[in-house]
Amino acid sequence: MVKSDNTGCQCAQTSASGAATLKTVLAIKKASTTLSRNDQWGAIKCRLSSFRNNYTVTPGLYAVGEPSEDSDVFVSASYKLSFDKLRSALAGINAWVLVLDTKGINVWCAAGKGTFSTEELIKKISDTNLPLCVRHRKIIVPQLGAVGISAYKVIKATGFRVLFGPVYAADIAAYIKNGYKATPQMRAIRFPLADRLILTPMEIIPMLKWYPVYAAVVLIFFGVHSTGIVFRDAFYGGAPFLLLGLVGVLAGAFITPVFLPVIPFRAFSLKGWIAGLLAMFLAMKLFPAMPVSLTVFVWLFFPAVSSFAALQFTGSTTFTGMSGVKKELRYAVFGYVIAGAASLISLILYKSGVL
Amino acid sequence: MRYLAGVATLQFDSDRCTGCGMCAEVCPHGVFIIANAVAHVTDKDKCMECGACENNCAFGAIRVTSGVGCASAIINGMITGREPSCGCGSDSGACC
Repeated sequence: MVKSDNTGCQCAQTSASGAATLKTVLAIKKASTTLSRNDQWGAIKCRLSSFRNNYTVTPGLYAVGEPSEDSDVFVSASYKLSFDKLRSALAGINAWVLVLDTKGINVWCAAGKGTFSTEELIKKISDTNLPLCVRHRKIIVPQLGAVGISAYKVIKATGFRVLFGPVYAADIAAYIKNGYKATPQMRAIRFPLADRLILTPMEIIPMLKWYPVYAAVVLIFFGVHSTGIVFRDAFYGGAPFLLLGLVGVLAGAFITPVFLPVIPFRAFSLKGWIAGLLAMFLAMKLFPAMPVSLTVFVWLFFPAVSSFAALQFTGSTTFTGMSGVKKELRYAVFGYVIAGAASLISLILYKSGVL
Repeated sequence: MRYLAGVATLQFDSDRCTGCGMCAEVCPHGVFIIANAVAHVTDKDKCMECGACENNCAFGAIRVTSGVGCASAIINGMITGREPSCGCGSDSGACC
């Protein structure tokens, strides 16, 4: 946990110059650069559940190590995971951390939503008396915060020059060593396997919340006959579909993100559809031959589910833009409606015993 | 990895550009380079429309319709008739 005990302003204590007259004890909180077991457990819970929606740190000015009036100022968001990433990257560095009130949202998303903003930064610089705490006039903002922060407006309003730091907090030490210059590598956002993997539960878990509903529909569909309910049919008829439903979701929400760079096509809906077709091809080998109507249903319905699940992953990526997703959606939604209607017809044909 | 080609709304007006380099500095996809004291768009299809460049161009040389590249946000926007916005911090639980 972040120690929130207020200590006296470090700069007021150490300053030997005119600033020494500053006796005001400012509300500066200390932040450690080591993450506790609780912090690490919190990070895991953020990845898995809506716990992330309420994982906040109090906005304001924090002291990391023993900062002086010459120490650097880093800006962060009030999402605790963002703040934790920053403070652990500052191990061995004496610095100030200015946490903006982003309503518990990370830097990039908050910048897009307008809470990690020029106005909020200007306000926090003044609210925390930052100009009294440091002698210099520069402030380091994470590069992805540039979506919300206009450097030229900040300097006009506060006199502080915004330096855009590296995309990844882990590069901060190298950035400082490099004379506060980010290399092109530090400026580029990546999307490696580990990042894709860590984001998959965010799509899988909400979709699986619907699984009991789906399972109930499957069992009713196969169990209910005009002559009554046959539990044996519900189970034996339904079992393949219970598995195929799971496979369909995982093909789109897990397999597609993991193999994202190697699956053909750029549209996520197509990538997911292909992953879904392949998954059905493999999964269908497990079961004895089905009636034509059900086979048609499997090939129409489940790849569409995979496609939809994969499309959701556009929200987690670091490279999809709104115009592209809008374009893709126009085709995809049309495809889902067609696939849905045809699936329904094949089920009706099965139940009526035609095919 | 690249996304759909020919869709990005990025527009750059080199007449207004002073070559300050802020766009190249803030773009996480290296869309801009500075050469001969002026910015150049290297590969428009790499643009994800985050809007950081426009937001940091003091000379109004860049225009981009920025927004979230997130399907559920856009679907939500279609249904509610509002600007696409992801569920971060709201009750939907999904976060960008």
